Amino acid sequence: MKKLFKEFFKGIGSENPTFRLVLGLCPTLAVSTSVINGFGMGIAATFVLLGSNIIISLVRKSIPDQIRIPCFIVIIATFVTIVELAMKAYAPELSKALGIFVPLIVVNCIVLGRAEAFACREGVFASMLDALGMGTGFTLALLLISAIRELLGNGTLLGFLILKSFDPVLYLVLAPGALLVIGLLIGGINFLSSKRRSA
Amino acid sequence: MNKLTVSPSPHIKSSQTTKKIMWTVVISLIPAGIAGVYIFGISSLNVIALSILSCIFTEALVLKFRNKGPKAVLDGSAILTGLLLAYNLPPQTPFWIPIVGGMVSIVLGKQIFGGLGQNIFNPALVGRAFLQISWPVYMTAWKNPRWWPDAISSATPLAKEAVTNFSYMDLFLGNRPGSLGEICVIALLIGALFLLVTKIISLHIPLSYIGTVGIITWVFGKEGFFKGDFIFNILAGGIILGAFFMATDYVTSPLTKKGKIVFGIGCGILTAIIRLRGSYPEGVCYSILFMNAAVPIIDRFTKTKKYGLIKK
Repeated sequence: MKKLFKEFFKGIGSENPTFRLVLGLCPTLAVSTSVINGFGMGIAATFVLLGSNIIISLVRKSIPDQIRIPCFIVIIATFVTIVELAMKAYAPELSKALGIFVPLIVVNCIVLGRAEAFACREGVFASMLDALGMGTGFTLALLLISAIRELLGNGTLLGFLILKSFDPVLYLVLAPGALLVIGLLIGGINFLSSKRRSA
Repeated sequence: MNKLTVSPSPHIKSSQTTKKIMWTVVISLIPAGIAGVYIFGISSLNVIALSILSCIFTEALVLKFRNKGPKAVLDGSAILTGLLLAYNLPPQTPFWIPIVGGMVSIVLGKQIFGGLGQNIFNPALVGRAFLQISWPVYMTAWKNPRWWPDAISSATPLAKEAVTNFSYMDLFLGNRPGSLGEICVIALLIGALFLLVTKIISLHIPLSYIGTVGIITWVFGKEGFFKGDFIFNILAGGIILGAFFMATDYVTSPLTKKGKIVFGIGCGILTAIIRLRGSYPEGVCYSILFMNAAVPIIDRFTKTKKYGLIKK
């Protein structure tokens, strides 16, 4: 039981996909301009991750090793299609804002990475917890980055005007701003964890 | 005594120190500052003061955080960064623009890479680029010289919508709107001459930079093929300031003479392209930053022969 808990929490902390593994930066850079977009992307990726991890772990013994990547892609693409259609039906604005980055979850490094590194080796329940942990970690990272960028770059949070009479830092909502915020956050996290380790 | 050439080995001991170099450059920039304050009025002194104070304060704070002695603040590099940043700003900005610019310059331009000597990009230009992208409205609110009838802003001579015709003399003396420190070419040249005489900088980068811009704007200028107004392009905008004072920064420019010429030509080509074809009217800041990133490659391909090595 304790081991299973570890599988869940490692995705949030010690193996956080954004800040530790530095995977899936492409959607992170692109959609973290507002909290809503970041949250939508996080949830979508978590759903795909969960579905694909479960299915891949179920069929892991019957996937031939040589063609495992195409098999993973087909499974992942199925779930991405579900997400895309559901999003178009129930959250058309979010779907428009995320644009190409929803279909691009098919080749998201986090999803493929977990399939390759975890789901094709471990049992269903462990894979499920791994997917949930990684998805939560990714969503939290996106929320943090997009909150910083939206608040300072646009003066708003979840679309509400928070910082009045403040000239927003336009730099932060542009692509270089995402790189800057992610870089500073990774640097800060590394600094804190190295301090804790040496203390 | 003041004879320091930054170059690959062999080296010789001299009394030159970082502190001396920095302060010499600061002194050489003073004439341009006086000219800027004279042209735009005493309020532009605020921009310079705030920018320098912000840089010094941020530097002190970061050095304290990094457990370095407070002495390093006085090596002059923070003051120089602040001064150069102020010279790249419009003469009248909201008070927080130079403050934020100074903090960005020092933290993101310099200290995050490990402090003076480790920075890849010219700190003052990093600050300026950040401000330019973040608050384009304030960064292009040019003020006219104070003796012009309409006191509020108009376009710089380089801007595509510029209507006023400037004589070469106006441009040379600084009778035009523009950044605080870039406008008075004669004052900048006096400072540059001082740096050349004291052997702080060599002519490789400035000459190849200005020459390249001159040739390209002459050949491909908007007046026609081989008819471009290259004197205008050299005098207007920030090329003189950029070429003599910012592209020549020791840390962010190549070591060898050959490398310096390549660096200067690269800056010149990029500046001319941005000016002639880009959406920004001026490209000095971005082209120097671009070429800063290329310095390690330039250094690798322009290695000098090892001293005492016989060519086989």
